[in-house]
Amino acid sequence: MFRAAVRLSVSGARSLTWTRLGCTAPLAQRCYSHGGKQETDDEFDARWVNYFNKADIDAWELRKGMNTLIGYDLVPEPKILDAALRACRRLDDLASAIRILEAVKDKSGPHKDIYPYLIQELRPTVDELGISTPEELGMDKL
Amino acid sequence: MLTSRALVRGLKSGFWRPLSSTSSVQAAHGKDMSPDVLDPSVPQYNNRLDTPLSDVPFVRNLNSEQRQLKEKEKGPWTKLTKEEKIALYRLTHELTYPEMRRGSSEWKTVLGGVFIFLGFSGMLVWWQRIFVFGEVPHTLSDEWVEKQTQRMIDMRINPIGGFAYHWDYVKKQWK
Repeated sequence: MFRAAVRLSVSGARSLTWTRLGCTAPLAQRCYSHGGKQETDDEFDARWVNYFNKADIDAWELRKGMNTLIGYDLVPEPKILDAALRACRRLDDLASAIRILEAVKDKSGPHKDIYPYLIQELRPTVDELGISTPEELGMDKL
Repeated sequence: MLTSRALVRGLKSGFWRPLSSTSSVQAAHGKDMSPDVLDPSVPQYNNRLDTPLSDVPFVRNLNSEQRQLKEKEKGPWTKLTKEEKIALYRLTHELTYPEMRRGSSEWKTVLGGVFIFLGFSGMLVWWQRIFVFGEVPHTLSDEWVEKQTQRMIDMRINPIGGFAYHWDYVKKQWK
């Protein structure tokens, strides 16, 4: 939902009204230049959740996945981030978990209401795994 | 075949040696920085907003207490204190996102420098005006200009759209 909602490109400015919680969003407009089946939001999310849910994911795959995901013009859904944080736990990598939270906050750009929503959705996971948010560690201030 | 092998060996001893010895020197000095920081052929650490997880951690050579912390990281994270979590973060990353985004005050220095040089140029120009240039021609003195203006009025210079047009010949003043 948030992917279409928080498109950071110019076309996203028009859909700013969709940032209210609980709104259903239009289908993703993934523009493959050459016809082909368009991937829906849910398919995209499922693909990424699957990626991070791999039981024996290795550190390189985690890094590659996160860097690629951050490269997209969207803020990842909480369920993708949940899978990524659990992958960090399997890899015993707390620093990456905190970094992921910082990265999505930065990715939200001027839309200040996205990050609190994400933290709200991820709160059970974050508490369960014992991850502290950057705010709790005082790392969001200089 | 043999010549290329010899060439590679020669290259290794003559050319690559300085690079590898630099990295071993760095490692020997036990710097916290990755010893490959001078070797661009090996994955580097970098602070990038668009690459949250860098190829290598910031601190590669862990001392014993850092190693202990890494061991503790393998257990439940709920047992880590805030300081330990911050320490773990700083082992892997040099700068946080706010620190990466922080600007500098360099622009003040630059602007100040620009003004200093502009001011200096201004001083030069002023000095030149006082000490280099001579007097202006006498035809620009007030007295001369007065007489010149009167003459132009008498001659009716540009009576339609220009100079004399603006003089009221009845009231004998400028319109």
